[in-house]
Amino acid sequence: MFRYYLLLAAYSFKRSRLLTALMILAIGLGIGASMTMITVLHVMSGDPLPGRSAQLYVPVIDPHPVSNTKPKNTIVDGNMTWTDAMYLLHAARADRQAAMAAGALPVRPAQASLRPFFESGHYVTADFFPMFGTPFRTGAGWSAQDDENHVRVVVLNADLNRKLFGNTPSIGRNVRLKNTDFRVIGVLDDWQPQPTFYAQIDNAAFGSTDQFFIPLQTAQELNFEISGRMWCWGNGGDGRASGDCSWLQFWVELDSAGKAHAYQNFLADYWRDQQAHGRFPRPVNAQLYGLMDWLSNQHVVPGDLRLQLWLALGFLGVCMLNIVGLLLAKFLRRGGEISVRRALGARRRDVFLQLGIEAGAIGIAGGALGLGIAELGLWSVRQRPDGYAHLAQMDITMLLGTFLLAIVAGVCAGLVPAWRACNVTPALQLKTQ
Amino acid sequence: MPLPPIVASLTRHKLTALLLMLQVSLTCAIVCNVAFMIVDRVQQLHHPSGVAENELVMIESTDLDQNAQPLVRHATDLTALRAIPGVTSVAVVDAMPFNHYDWSNGIALMQDGPARATATAFNGTPGELTTLGLHLVEGRDFLPNEYVPLGSAHDWNGIDQVPVTIVTRALADKLFPGQDPLGKAIYPDEKPVRIVGVIDHLLRPQAHESADSDDATVFPMLPDGNDVTYVLRTAPQDRERVLKQAAEVLDHLHDNRILRHAQTFEQLRADFFHRSRTMIALLMAAALGLLVVTALGIAGLASFWVQQRRRSIGIRRAVGATRRDILRYFQLENFLIVGAGVTLGTLLAYGLNMLLMQHYEQPRLPLLYLAVGALALWLLGQLAVLGPALRAASVPPVVATRGA
Repeated sequence: MFRYYLLLAAYSFKRSRLLTALMILAIGLGIGASMTMITVLHVMSGDPLPGRSAQLYVPVIDPHPVSNTKPKNTIVDGNMTWTDAMYLLHAARADRQAAMAAGALPVRPAQASLRPFFESGHYVTADFFPMFGTPFRTGAGWSAQDDENHVRVVVLNADLNRKLFGNTPSIGRNVRLKNTDFRVIGVLDDWQPQPTFYAQIDNAAFGSTDQFFIPLQTAQELNFEISGRMWCWGNGGDGRASGDCSWLQFWVELDSAGKAHAYQNFLADYWRDQQAHGRFPRPVNAQLYGLMDWLSNQHVVPGDLRLQLWLALGFLGVCMLNIVGLLLAKFLRRGGEISVRRALGARRRDVFLQLGIEAGAIGIAGGALGLGIAELGLWSVRQRPDGYAHLAQMDITMLLGTFLLAIVAGVCAGLVPAWRACNVTPALQLKTQ
Repeated sequence: MPLPPIVASLTRHKLTALLLMLQVSLTCAIVCNVAFMIVDRVQQLHHPSGVAENELVMIESTDLDQNAQPLVRHATDLTALRAIPGVTSVAVVDAMPFNHYDWSNGIALMQDGPARATATAFNGTPGELTTLGLHLVEGRDFLPNEYVPLGSAHDWNGIDQVPVTIVTRALADKLFPGQDPLGKAIYPDEKPVRIVGVIDHLLRPQAHESADSDDATVFPMLPDGNDVTYVLRTAPQDRERVLKQAAEVLDHLHDNRILRHAQTFEQLRADFFHRSRTMIALLMAAALGLLVVTALGIAGLASFWVQQRRRSIGIRRAVGATRRDILRYFQLENFLIVGAGVTLGTLLAYGLNMLLMQHYEQPRLPLLYLAVGALALWLLGQLAVLGPALRAASVPPVVATRGA
């Protein structure tokens, strides 16, 4: 019976080739556009640190003055002052904690053949490496004591290591950053979490990788430039080492909900204590964001991309309405044919099945086309000069999801018209012929 | 043409007509909002930066010398750059429109007073105004004795020594509405700074809300960090050559430095807006796609209906209806459906706009867009139905005498 219905469907398609092609094209375009955007958002909302992200938190305390000229700034930026970051670091109330800031420095290779060049990296404290589980190819990070001693050591990422030292062992050798020599003590195994969740979240959150890591206190002593936002207030005038400029990121590792709760209380206590000393004029509101919460709070997925997704879904919606309407008109026009079948003994469900198969075939053909269009769409996304572009690949979940969406869309589009058409009254239809 | 028969006929196709109406309304709602977004973004794209865009090239230089004396180095570099044939003017600057180097200060009107606005500080060597091509609309340029070092190594303490500033029209209007800003004092930090001039535009280096995007202060402060930007002004056709020569000149003078971002101002602007341009293209594609799908849907449905009603059309023709009557019938039917769709669509468009205002800081949709959108859809509907309607009109009366 199934084959017969397929045959009938094929016959029906032949009678209105143009319209069938149109319906398949519409559903294909709708599904293709939607799946492109769903895939892009899916890969961008992924976990940059699977297995560890659940224990990582950003503490947010807000030392900014009450009066500021940014009334609509509703997103907390989570940046800390040197004073507060150093206090939290030394208090060591979490399982692990690290303060950090981004910086771009001139690298000056020893070889005369290479010209100096800029490289971006991070100034971090000791726990950065064990806390984020950075994979070391050789060597290791430094200790908290090294932080206090302002040692001049560096951990390189794979690319910069290769560029500077080729395949020769680099541990113990020197790298000149800006105007200071740093001793290489570790090399990472091409660590590039996407997005770079630990940095300030901005347009460069995807696609950028840090190539060197040096102790934060050393960078502060050498007054190395930082990149990213720095917000100063008050009239201290002593800049970034003061309690009046926020520019540092701070992360903690807490392995249970109880500890997270306790840490939040600790932050609130610190806030109240600082208020007693004339700082932190805003009402106490200490927050602790989990890694994934933090990323969504900071809008790591740009608003434009979310808008593009809604646009694609809206387009799919209009295409679906279009197909439902066309199929309905098409099926109802065949009222006579359906009545004859019914009069000859076909049950309603037979008619329903027949029409359903016809609609489903359009859905599947549209879905297959949609898959092709989605691949094309993703290819075009990969050509964009954005950091997230190279991530736009379809994985197996998305592939299955596309097929599912296509079939669901096709069946949904066919369901209403098929149901409506199999309810025609045979006698009435036959009489009017 | 009386309406009742058309309405009566439509009630026999309630579901189909309803679906078409919904499709039209959804298309109307989305297209109106998308059109508004496109216009909004295109306007941002063409926001005047205030500088002589097609005459500027720049190059960023980072000195690696440990004991460098930046002010001396910059003076030497400037003299050499000025000697390049075709260069009319040069300056050392820190901030430029679109270059992301944004040092913003809260501007108060008295010491320790509340900030009335936040403005970007643009600093540069003498001749910055001429080099960038800024239009002084009131007051004067800086005098040679007003320049002070920026103090990059000392937390930019030049801001507490600089005596005068030139502000944009937008900032002056915000700080001193209805008053003459010349001679007035502003407090970007601790000390008063007197306004001596007003320029018409100077766009901030980073994206800000459009009401704040032109809030800028120009200070006579000499950039004295290791990392500065050289701006050269030249004739548009000489830009590429000048840029190449400038890099060679700088490298020749002192090679212990990194030169980056050698580009024309137009390249800088294009890079700044590349995301916006992609978005505009996508928005246009989406709007066009929606309109095409809807038009094809209308045409497809109409041709089904024409086929279905061949016999009744024949009967009508046999009892005296002209071709014109038949044509009018289908046109009017389409007019009614699209009309209902557009009415619902304008309501939906407003709802959608509300959502966008909430989540994407989109401004309120002006009524004009709704009117234009509705008219466009009506026209589109008439255009789409024309083919099937003409086919209907060509049905001969003799069909009435035949069987189905």
